[in-house]
Amino acid sequence: MRDIEKALALDLPGDPSRALAERFAARAEDEGLLDVAYTLEDSPVGPLFLAATKRGLVELGFEGRRELDWFVARLADKLSPRVLEAPARLDPVRRELDEYFEGRRLDFDVPLDWSLTKGFTQRVLRATAKVPYGEVSTYRQMASKAGNEKAVRAAGNALGANPIPIVVPCHRILRTGGSLGGYGGGVPRKEFLLKLEGALE
Amino acid sequence: MRSVSKSVSLPPFQAFIDAQRDTVFRYLVAMIGPNDAEDVFQETFISALRAYPRLRPDSNLRAWVLTIANRKAIDSIRARKRRAVPVADVPEVAVRDGRPAEDHDVWAAARGLPATQREALLYRFAADLPYSDVAEALGTSEDAARQRVSEGIRHLRKAWAAT
Repeated sequence: MRDIEKALALDLPGDPSRALAERFAARAEDEGLLDVAYTLEDSPVGPLFLAATKRGLVELGFEGRRELDWFVARLADKLSPRVLEAPARLDPVRRELDEYFEGRRLDFDVPLDWSLTKGFTQRVLRATAKVPYGEVSTYRQMASKAGNEKAVRAAGNALGANPIPIVVPCHRILRTGGSLGGYGGGVPRKEFLLKLEGALE
Repeated sequence: MRSVSKSVSLPPFQAFIDAQRDTVFRYLVAMIGPNDAEDVFQETFISALRAYPRLRPDSNLRAWVLTIANRKAIDSIRARKRRAVPVADVPEVAVRDGRPAEDHDVWAAARGLPATQREALLYRFAADLPYSDVAEALGTSEDAARQRVSEGIRHLRKAWAAT
């Protein structure tokens, strides 16, 4: 007598749906249904979590500081649950980051999506985005450019909450007097980036 | 002190597809065979992605995506029937739902069962759902779901013994 229940439990060798799910991300993009695409990318400062909406790069995270799932869940909550691992949309960002770390790129050209920030924080970060490669500025100057020169501490908080570090170069902002100050990705990364740009011995 | 209740939110779609893809694919292979299952898998998750943001966060996600898979599989069977062209030399194999029944393929034999029983078997065995979820997917009571499964197995045993 054959065991019919055993036969009904399909024995599919390997993990056949994995490749199908990977192909699905490209299909979702083609259909215009992919609100947030993300990927992980290795870099000289450790693995980077990269996420883009249809408008542009929305988040760059230091993956070692938080786990991948934490980044993904937060974007699903804040932006849209239509979030998929879809590396293709991040290709231009990865290319520009590679060039930056090789010292061949001084400015990022990829479009940015500022929707994870608002108000004073966003104004501080937009001012920060204009500080050129290899130069540094201060929290006080960023506070002033954002319209409130007294809000130095708030400017520091805004930079600490920068969702797109490296591309929005908050590492170029130091304390008045020249000490490094803090960094969302940890001070050693800030030092590394400033040395890469020749702004620090 | 004020207590803050954390609101339930939908998982990121990537987590949803990772958790459901194996079940959905098995369900589709059992229902329409491995070749069509790949295309219908894509159609199923596209349809799910379209509706996803409007889904209630406390929904039974597995039961929900399986009802979509079921609907898309039925669409695919119908489309195949419409495309079918009569030919002079009909091969000598049993044909059900427009596709040949493979020897020793118990799921191919299951395609000859009444739809209510076949669906119950698909949810219980191909998708490996507990009876509470089978009942939810079928829109019946748990007792009725158990009964459909046992009837399905009884009929299938007869049909299969005859192959």
